[in-house]
Amino acid sequence: MSGHKHNEPESDIALRVKAMEQLLTEKGIVETNAIDLVADYFENKVGPRNGARVVARAWCDADYKARLLADASPAIAELGYSGLQGEDMVVLENTPQVHNVIVCTLCSCYPWPVLGLPPTWYKSPPYRARIVREPRAVLAEFGLEVADDVEVRVWDSSAEIRYMVLPMAPEESAGKSEEELVDLVSRDGMIGVAAH
Amino acid sequence: MDGIHDIGGMHGFGPVEREENEPVFHADWERRAFGVEFFTGSRIGTNGDQSRHAIERLPADVYLTASYYEKWMLALQTLLEETGTLSRAEIEARMAELANEETDHG
Repeated sequence: MSGHKHNEPESDIALRVKAMEQLLTEKGIVETNAIDLVADYFENKVGPRNGARVVARAWCDADYKARLLADASPAIAELGYSGLQGEDMVVLENTPQVHNVIVCTLCSCYPWPVLGLPPTWYKSPPYRARIVREPRAVLAEFGLEVADDVEVRVWDSSAEIRYMVLPMAPEESAGKSEEELVDLVSRDGMIGVAAH
Repeated sequence: MDGIHDIGGMHGFGPVEREENEPVFHADWERRAFGVEFFTGSRIGTNGDQSRHAIERLPADVYLTASYYEKWMLALQTLLEETGTLSRAEIEARMAELANEETDHG
């Protein structure tokens, strides 16, 4: 919600956005309703729950997992998730030998259809600068200690490719249904800054 | 191209600061900015690479200090100007009008 109260001046950027939206609306370039719809979609209808369903399916169904790792975008589309910023997906499997983590050092590329819009820290200079130079130190700050004998692979998004991590199923996943497994998968697990 | 955006591996940054239960948008203007950016590029004939490049061309101090959606909007302003869609002066004149309205009704 907006923190703006009527007796406080709006910030420069809030005024700038309002001015740009008004002028672009007057020119017929944008429409208020369309902006409302797309903002609502990305705020409320898409998010890491989508990715969690993909991960849970892969944990339960070996054939699905094989399709997901071979060619991720069509496998993800099987669950109904596709579109902008997910056209060319690559899913990276964590194993007892390899831990994967994703970044976009140059900007903020992120797999929107499965994870929604990225958190601010993912887009921030400290994460982008440090995760490629000292990944184990950054992961430790997130509370994830990666053993010395596990290789850490950091994947830097390109202009086209969007990555997502397939975490290892945790011990507590044993005997759970696919629907219950969805709850064990976090956004951070699919970025690679958490175990799952 | 070398530039401030090419930040991977750069030294000197502190801890990664996280926000508990971070909302998707932090203010209504971020929501509006996302929507404006979402539709405008295709309507003025610019693509995602041009949007990124416009962000990369922001002055380094702005790049490091402006918030994420603020950078989007400042970059979009560049593209609006370069495509002859809207000038910065038009945008800032409208901002002044809006600020006056606020004062009048405040």
